[in-house]
This record gives sequence, C-alpha cells and structure tokens, in this order.
Amino acid sequence: MSLHPFVIELLQFALLLGLAPAFAGWVKVLKCRVQGRTAPGILQPYRDIRRLFGKDIVLAENASWLFRFTPYLTFGVTAIAAGIIPLISVDLPLSATADVIALVMLFGIVRFFTALAGMDIGTAFGGMGSSREMTIASLAEPAMLMAIFTVSLASNSTSLTQMVSVMAHSEFVIRPSLAFALAAFILIALAETGRIPVDNPATHLELTMIHEAMILEYSGRHLALIEWAGMMKLTLFFALGIAAFCPWGIATGGDTGLLLLALVALAAKLVVGACIMVLIETGLAKLRIFRLPEFLGSAFLLATLGMIAFFILE
Amino acid sequence: MPAALDIAGFSVLLLLVLAVAAPLFRPVRTLQITLVFSLAAVASLAAVVAGVMTVADGSVASAAMTLGLPGLPFHLRLDPLAGFFLVVIGLMGFFVSIYSIGYVKGYGGQRSMTQMICFYTLFLAGMLLVVLADDAYFFLVAWELMAAASYFLVMYEDEKGENRRAAFLYLLIAHVGALAILLAFGVMAGQSGRPVFDGYTFDAMRTAQLTPGWAAAAFFLAFFGFAAKAGVIPLHVWLPEAHPVAPSNISALMSGVMLKTSIYGICRFAFDFIKEFPWWWGGIVLVLGLISAVMGVLYALMQHDLKRLLAYHSVENIGIILIGLGLSMIFAAFHLPTLAALALVAALYHTLNHAVFKGLLFMGAGAVLHATHERNMEEMGGLIHRMPWTAPLFLVGCVSISALPPFNGFVSEWLTFQAFLLSPSLPHPLLKLLIPLGAAMLALTGALAAACFVKVFGVVFLGQWRGHQKRERIHEVGPSMRAGMLLASISCLLLGIFPTWVIGWLDTIPEQLCGGRLAESAGKFGWMWLTPIAHGRASYSGPMVFIGILAVVAVTWLLLHARATSSRRVPIWDCGFARLTPRMQYTASAFSMPIRRVLGFLFAVREQVEVVPHTNHPSLPGSLQYRLRIRDRFWNWLYVPQGDAAYWIARQVGKLQQGRIQIYLLYSFVTLIVLLVFLG
Repeated sequence: MSLHPFVIELLQFALLLGLAPAFAGWVKVLKCRVQGRTAPGILQPYRDIRRLFGKDIVLAENASWLFRFTPYLTFGVTAIAAGIIPLISVDLPLSATADVIALVMLFGIVRFFTALAGMDIGTAFGGMGSSREMTIASLAEPAMLMAIFTVSLASNSTSLTQMVSVMAHSEFVIRPSLAFALAAFILIALAETGRIPVDNPATHLELTMIHEAMILEYSGRHLALIEWAGMMKLTLFFALGIAAFCPWGIATGGDTGLLLLALVALAAKLVVGACIMVLIETGLAKLRIFRLPEFLGSAFLLATLGMIAFFILE
Repeated sequence: MPAALDIAGFSVLLLLVLAVAAPLFRPVRTLQITLVFSLAAVASLAAVVAGVMTVADGSVASAAMTLGLPGLPFHLRLDPLAGFFLVVIGLMGFFVSIYSIGYVKGYGGQRSMTQMICFYTLFLAGMLLVVLADDAYFFLVAWELMAAASYFLVMYEDEKGENRRAAFLYLLIAHVGALAILLAFGVMAGQSGRPVFDGYTFDAMRTAQLTPGWAAAAFFLAFFGFAAKAGVIPLHVWLPEAHPVAPSNISALMSGVMLKTSIYGICRFAFDFIKEFPWWWGGIVLVLGLISAVMGVLYALMQHDLKRLLAYHSVENIGIILIGLGLSMIFAAFHLPTLAALALVAALYHTLNHAVFKGLLFMGAGAVLHATHERNMEEMGGLIHRMPWTAPLFLVGCVSISALPPFNGFVSEWLTFQAFLLSPSLPHPLLKLLIPLGAAMLALTGALAAACFVKVFGVVFLGQWRGHQKRERIHEVGPSMRAGMLLASISCLLLGIFPTWVIGWLDTIPEQLCGGRLAESAGKFGWMWLTPIAHGRASYSGPMVFIGILAVVAVTWLLLHARATSSRRVPIWDCGFARLTPRMQYTASAFSMPIRRVLGFLFAVREQVEVVPHTNHPSLPGSLQYRLRIRDRFWNWLYVPQGDAAYWIARQVGKLQQGRIQIYLLYSFVTLIVLLVFLG
C-alpha cells in the first residue's frame, strides 16, 4: 500500500506534535538515570503541558499585544518547520517551501520574537535573557550555516529533500568533511537548543539562565505553547542532524512498509542521539557566558575545516 | 500610451517646477506643504510608472536635449538598469512625500518651510536625473545637484553646531568622491578614441577600447567616488554624522535612495561601460562589501542614538549589496552568465528592499522623534502602548532588515547565499575555497542585525518608559505619516511574498548587462516557488511560508480560545523586593554589552566606573557613575592623520604670508625669473 504525499506530510506533523514531549521526557529520564536520580517517567512532559493548558493566565500590567502574540507565533513557526524537515520520507510536498537556509531563518523568527517578548515587561531578567540569547545566536549562526553548507556542497543543493536523498543513496564511507561538519553541528545544536554547556534548561538561578529568563513572565497556555514548541525544537534539531548526516533508512516513496521501517530507524537514531547528548550534558559543566565565544568559535573552526577538507579531498 | 522616457521627463519637470513655484505659496503654509508634497508624490509615482514599463519590456530609449553648452548637448537615456533605479527612487519618493506632509507640518512655526520644500524637490529631481543622464557632463551636473540639495537639507536646522559640522563633513567627502568620478570619466573619454567633444557621451564610453591598465584606473577611480557616496568602509564616516541630524524624511531618502545612486554608478561602469574585466575587480568589491557589512552592523550595535544606529545599518546594507555585485562581477569575469545574473539580481533586489525597509525605519524613527523629541534610545521605552500604529509598522521594518521570512530582506539575502554556494563552479581553486567563508560573514551580519533590531525595538517600544517627560504627553503621529509608513510596510511584505514576480520583472537587466537570464528557472514551477537555479538545487516559497504561519497561528489561537479561560492583570513580579522602577530595565548599552565584550577589540572602547562613597558610611558605595565611549577606529586611523597633515601643510604654506609688501614683490620677482628660466 502506498500513501499519498499529503498523508505523509500530515503524518509528520502529527508525529512531531505528538511525540516531541515523549522525546523530551526520554531525555529527562536518561539524564536522571545517568546522574543517579529518580526519573519522573517519560510521560511527565504531557502532564506538564496539560496542567499548564488548564491554568489561568497571569499577565503583567504592562504586557503588550506582542507578549501575548509571541507564544502562538513560536508554536506556529516551529510546527511549520516540522513539515519541512524529512523525518520518515523524502516525498514531502511542503519540503520545497523552504530550503535549509530558510529553515535556519524560521528558527530565527522564533528567537527574534521570544527575545522581544523577554523585553516587553521591562524587568531586568527578561532583558538579560534576550541580550544573552541574541549574542549567542549571532555567534552560533555563522557556524551553523557553515556546517550545513558543507553538507549542501557535498549534495550540490540546499534543498533538504535533495540533501537527504543524495546522502541516503551514497555508500557509507566516512568523509572527513562531513565528520568535521557533524562535530560542529553537535556543538551548535547544544547552543541553539539551550543545553549544557551553553544554557541549563533546568535552572532558574538568576545569574545563569538564558532562555528561561526570557520566558520567565509567561504562564498558563502561553507557557504551555512555548514549552511545547521548545520540545519540538529540540526534536527538530535532532531530526535535522539525522537528515543531514545519517539519513539511512528514510523512505523515498509512500510505501507503508518502508515508512514503518523509517519510523523505527528514526526512533532508534533519536534514542541513540539522546544518549549522546545526555552524556555530553552530564560530563560537562555549564560554561561562563564569556567563555562561550571560544566554544562557538571552535564550532565555527570545525565547520570551516570541514569545508576546506571538502575542497581539498573531494 | 506615452513613451516611458516622456513620463520620466514629465516627472523631473514637475519636480523642477515645484522647486521654482514653492516660494509663491509661502504665505499659506499649510497649502504650500500639502500641495507641494502631494505633487511630489505624483511626480514620484510617474517615475515609478516609467521605470516599471522600461524594465518590463526591456526597451531602450534615448534623446538629446537642446539644453547644455553649445555643441555639448545633454543626453538622456532610459534603459532597464536606469528604469530599475527610477522605480527605487520613485517608490521611496512617493512614500516619503506622503509622510512629509505630516512630518514637515510638525516643525510648526519654528522656521521657514520654503527652504526645505525647494531643496526636497530639487533633491528628488537630482536623483532622477542621475540615473537618466547619458553623458558625463549631464551626469556630473545631476550628481552635484543631488549633493548640493542634500547638503542644504542636512543643514536645515543650522543653528546647531553639530549639524553644520556634519553637513561640512558630508560635503567634503561627497566632493572628494565627485572629483574621483570626474577623473574616471576623463580616463574613459580620453581613451574612447573619439574626437574630444564627442567622447563625453556614455555611448562613446560603451564602445571605448580600453587597455587593461586604463580600464582598471577608470573603474577604481569611479568605484572610489561612488563608494564615498555610498558610505563603504572606510569612507563611511559622514553617514553616521549626517543622517541623524537631517530631518527624518530626508534621512529616509538619503539612506534609502541616495546611497543607491552609487550602486547604479558602479553597475553602469562595470557592466555597461567596461564589460570585460578580470576577476580580482569583483574580488575587491566583494571584500570591501564584506568588511562594510560586518563592521557596519557591529558599529550599529554599539549606538544608542536611534538615527545614528540606522545610519550604520545603511553601511551594512550597502555592504550586502556590494557582496552581490562583487560575486556577480567574479562570475561575469569567468563567463558564467547565469550565475552572474543570479548574483546581480540578488544585489538589485537587495537595493530595492533596503530602500523600502530603511525608508520605513527612518520614517518610524522620525515618528518617534516627532512624538518624544528624543533620539537617545536610553530615554525611551514602552512606546508600543502610546503609539499603536507606529510600533507594528516599525516592527515590520525591524523584521525585514533582520532578514527573517516571509519579509523582503530575507529573499535578497537568501539569493545572495545561493550565489555564494555556487562558487564551486568557478574554475579557480583559491576562489572556490575562500568565497564560502564570505557566506559565513554574511550569516554573521544577518544574525548581528537581528540582535541589533531586538535591541532597537525592545528598548524603544517595549518595556517601561525611561524618559524624563511625562509619558502621557506622547501621542501617535498623524494620518499622513502613518499612511507613508503603512505603504512602505505593505511593500516590505509584498516584496517578500512574491519574489518570483519581481525577479521575472527584473530579468531584462541581467539579460542586457551579463547576457544571462533567471526567469526560465526562477519561475518554472509557478509564481509560488522561487527556484533560482533548479528545483532540486534550492527553493523557497514566500506565499506558503506566509500562509502557513498565518494558518497555524490562527488555528492554535482558535483552538485555545474555544474554551473560556480567564487572564488576570497583575503588577510585575519583583522577587519580593522593592517595586521595580524603569531604571532597573536593560538599557541599549546593557543589551549590547556581551557583544561589546566579545568583539570589543574592533572598536576603541573606553569604559570607566567611578564609585563615590556614601557620605555617612564611607565603606558603602553612595553613587555610581558609568561612562562609556565608543569611537570609530577608522576616524583615528584615517581621518585624523589626514586632517592633521592638511593642517600642517596649511601652516607651512601660511609662513609665506608675511604681510609686508616688499616680500610679496620679491615673490613675484622670483616667480618671474623662474618662469623665464624655464621658458628660455
């Protein structure tokens, strides 16, 4: 049986919306286990989101329309990105909407408006979070694009489906350019999704928080949307890494069997990816904010090395 | 149907008539302002029509006028390249003229409006003539008309010393540039091989056979001259001085449009006159573009004067345009016409986009200035509550300039990225390796611009009011100013959503200049999908992104509002300490502090903290004083030494001046002897 591309597209949306909290829960469970704590269970994020949706909203007196609009935009744009990155099949009608550069910029919209919302109330924390987030983002973005450009040079395209198809059909050899680019991508993904050593998603300690500082004033369904979008973003960055660097197993058409196989492959890769991230997060301490340029600079250097390796060796 | 050149001529003529007639209406101030600016808007619209027609059918029309010197008539020519810049000038002229009706009235009875109105119309006419001129003589006349008119507009509030100094600096650099352009024309005309009085036409320059050395001399002289006008680093220092002090409608025109006439000039020289050039010309343009882009945005981040910040962003955006031009020249030098066309379209598209969003931002800054009488961002905040129209319109400008989809800035930056990624098709190994690094610098520029505009919008419009005057006294601006900004923001959105149409329309320009076309591939899959090279290579769909975001946001909102939930308004959470004051917010300087710390070595930063002990308890701090001074390093590196040298030379020459008649007679005598010796 073969599925229509639009069905696959819808399936992808549903997968990402439905399973992103489970993935975030899985990361949390793993982290607790590795650090010798009792885990809350993989379904905890669902319970959190449900609880937040049920709650009333508490708004600061001077919150403007921008503050109330941002959660919806954040959620909407992240959901759009879910339709663009090939998760289980490359046969996606919406994938041509945006190539990988546009995808990075879609995450840029989310960041832009979240940072603005952080400044809307006029507390010191919000401004602090926005300022730090934008600084980190401006250092991370060049490295991110360099890493992705290396892959797109190898596949001669910036269109995600094209990149995935080329990579999935190439034989498995370790290409130095892609190895460098992958290393850079991992460092950048840690920065972009706000994980240790760049930001600590678990902390609300005044002086160290970045992303949490921006959304400190949110409550109720606003917070639920932002949290949910955050989980989707985490999953999407893993999916982007998988799509760009190891897409093997992804279905090329709409065949149900192959799609199921692709789903299993995706789940397995996500599980392994989460393990790697948890090990990194557990093994490292959070960096001082002014040490971050070195961290992101090394990511940029790795990505540049990848590009040079591509031109010299391939 | 009248010919496009006639319509353009009508537009210029109307503007010139307005400049002459404006003083007649002097007694009735409101009529004078409304009438002249409305007619200027009509004239601008005529220029847009002429430009759109010319670019659409790729026609070329030229005419020789009876004006000019005897035997040296002025020539006019309207080809697609000129037509495109007519559209840029006319479009912004239209928006800004509407905006000006309200803005200029805001000056109240403070000063004469006639001066502003006359020079405004002359300025617009000058810019239109620059792109219409078809000989060196007329071009320079128009160029000087534009420069002089804008000089008087910068000088408008001439009682402030700051303004006079800025205007002088502007005039100085503009004239150094004009001199270089004059020399470039001289080289071209001298080498054209035509009789002396014929070589000054652009037609002669198109057919001139130049040796590589002379061609390089002509191009780089012209490039220097145009770069001085465009504010390419290191010739940018006049921009952050002149733009803030000019009235905001003038800043919008100068930054949005006037700088673009130099892009026109560079295109004209490189692609139309010289045509065959080595790749390193493009390389130099590309490198200067990259430096301008990165340094421009970094300096912008460090500013807290709203208009000065926007002026530095013009340096950045001119840099981005030059990146596209440089890439296009490199591709053209290696005879890759389609790729050259792509990069050229990226540059031209960004030219149009920058004109629209920078015009919008300057108009917004003018509205803020109009409402708060303040340019310093540290004295603003929370204006979104007081200015419900200006805030969202300004936000559109911020999002566009930060290159975020689905607005227009993104499309042209995306095209530039695509041009970068095609560099592996170059047959030169070193270029293959180095050019992608430029893409990383462009990415850095984009990300820093986003950071900067989060700062601008966050500090000016969000948070709480920081200023000294009463917040309640701030009011939204009038309907004409809102209309000008609204039209510009709608253009930002449309240019972002329908890039395929714009590129299809633009296509005649690269076809004539580099022999390549984009339309076959760019619009192959319908107007929804922008695929500049091939479908598998890269694609972007503005309408889909826009509709998608709109739909998902609307559905989420509706789903969540299906069930009634309440929201409560409460005081801001202050962690249980004393109530928060506006002074506890992040300021503009605080916002950019991390970047200042990380990349501070690029500026001359001086930071001082002075702690005055408490009078009763000397061990405790009483008051803190924080001083921060950031200077443009280029000022100390390039301009101060030159100024010192000029002063020193003047002093040495001044020693000749003794004030005694005998000495002067001696000078004349010695000169006579020397001349006789030489002549003999």
